[in-house]
Amino acid sequence: MNEPIIQLKHISKQFGTVIALRGISTEIYAGEVTCLLGDNGAGKSTLIKILSGFHRPTEGEYLFQGKPTSFASPREALAAGIATVYQDLAMVPLMSIWRNFFLGSEPEIGRGPFRRYDIAFAKRTVKEELGKMGIFIRDPEQPVGTMSGGERQSLAIARAVYHGAKVLILDEPTAALGVKQAGVVLKYVVQAKARGLGVIFISHNPHHAFVVGDRFVILRRGRIYGAWHKEGLDRDVLVRAMSGSEELDALKHELDEFARRDVQK
Amino acid sequence: MLAKTDDDRRISVGLFRKVVASPEIGALVGAAVVFVFFSLISPDVFPNIVGLSRVLDPAATLGIMAVAVGLLMIGGEFDLSSGVMTGTTGLLVGLLAVHAGINLWVAIVTSFAFAMLVGFVNGYMVVKTKLPSFIITLATFFVFRGVNVGVTRLVTNQVRVAGIDTIPGFELARTLFDTEFQFAGATFRTSLIWWIVIALIASWILLRTKVGSWIFAVGGNPDAARASGVPVKAVKIGLFMTTAGAAWLVGMMTAFRLRSALSSQGVGQEFVFIIAAVIGGCRLTGGYGSVIGASIGAMIFGITRVGITFAGWDTDWFFSFLGIMLLVAVLLNTYTQKKAAEVHTPKAPPEPEPARSHPETPS
Repeated sequence: MNEPIIQLKHISKQFGTVIALRGISTEIYAGEVTCLLGDNGAGKSTLIKILSGFHRPTEGEYLFQGKPTSFASPREALAAGIATVYQDLAMVPLMSIWRNFFLGSEPEIGRGPFRRYDIAFAKRTVKEELGKMGIFIRDPEQPVGTMSGGERQSLAIARAVYHGAKVLILDEPTAALGVKQAGVVLKYVVQAKARGLGVIFISHNPHHAFVVGDRFVILRRGRIYGAWHKEGLDRDVLVRAMSGSEELDALKHELDEFARRDVQK
Repeated sequence: MLAKTDDDRRISVGLFRKVVASPEIGALVGAAVVFVFFSLISPDVFPNIVGLSRVLDPAATLGIMAVAVGLLMIGGEFDLSSGVMTGTTGLLVGLLAVHAGINLWVAIVTSFAFAMLVGFVNGYMVVKTKLPSFIITLATFFVFRGVNVGVTRLVTNQVRVAGIDTIPGFELARTLFDTEFQFAGATFRTSLIWWIVIALIASWILLRTKVGSWIFAVGGNPDAARASGVPVKAVKIGLFMTTAGAAWLVGMMTAFRLRSALSSQGVGQEFVFIIAAVIGGCRLTGGYGSVIGASIGAMIFGITRVGITFAGWDTDWFFSFLGIMLLVAVLLNTYTQKKAAEVHTPKAPPEPEPARSHPETPS
């Protein structure tokens, strides 16, 4: 718990002449939800792509479990225990829940040419694992495409947890969801944390982040704008820090002005 | 959409819906309809064991191809060179064994290796260039269509390689690939046994092994498959090689049956294979389908072809009839799938609601 599972030291990333990230230093702890906040273009995506092995940093050190690491591919990162649930979801909509859950790591029984998919085990396990997260499915045969967005996100989280992820990176898991469904997904984020995973929760919604987060890191224009612990933190501080308090004040002023004019008419 | 989130409000999937939504059902209904239709037209000769054996004869070779093409389509690709390859493989055996004097079995194995190579090149080009397989294999199709005639004419001064039955070992090869046997008073061919065995093995692989899951996944969402660690390229190349392998088998059957290889063999058949697979419920864009369905699709062809002959109609009408049947079958498939749409066919991902960045969110 004291030892961070991931440590970033002065990470910078340059694409040609564009500096996407500069001097990012932060830690991710197991059993904690670290929220990575920032507006579009702040560098969130670049940072998670470095964490998940898509990109390598131009400068800086990436320590995983205390050791300097350089993942050559997302598959390597996944094998090490860093699972990423992307916004567009790595799911096949036409395929059943159980096939999706075990896609790429299918349980097998039998020998030689009779080696086959252990379907009974797969179906049973999916039901159990989802049940542990409070998702009850009637029929594991149901195609994933018929599930709601929130259920699919939850399924993706359950899959990562089951396959032994140590770090779970969630890229905007609540962005496309309604209030109620977002609530469901946030519940599973908390559960993943309770199971001892280090969760990185990417969002541009400080309200969702505030509910589940233990630590908050705000990115702006490729730099760390600020980092907070939950204790004693007021939500408004986060909201203001994220959207840029000056801008928010200006916007508020503008809106007040509109309202005043409307009243006068 | 929100109403479906709650488990207690989810509509339970009835048996009817499950049956209706299985990929084979359209083909099964279609096969029953054409069978009844031709049975009514020719009640004396059609609905009996002899009629059945006549139907199964063309259905068998077509069925073998439809199974392989169906797998490929479920994997999200097409192979327009599959028809012409049934000719190329047969011609190669003829040219090697008859004209180059190579041992028949060596020629057969060489032809198989050649088919594997063509399948590999098709697949490799598709995964490397990321171009539609439709275009890549259309190119392969035209190349071999030209080669088949060109090389054959160059070597034999004819458009066919004759005299395959004069080669030592012909009888054994014929027994293996295409021989007749009597069953219940009717004549059947070994191609039928090949077809049944291949369809069962393919169905088992598709539904009961991890490779089957991979095939569905690479056709359904290749990005997701790759992100999950599925070797997408290997699966696709393997499917192209399977199709080429099936074309080789059918090429052998045809060459040993006709005792010669025609340079025009198989041209135009590629669409028939695809149509059989589509009638059998294989989705044109991949990710969904059944090899048993594709086999039933092949049966529909057999029934129609033999049915038209038995009815005494001009066989010129066969293709028109086929076109109409294809349309009806596809409409039927779409309809039955739509019937189950609420539960079984996936809808497009829900419209993203605007991200909530206002204080109405739960806290």
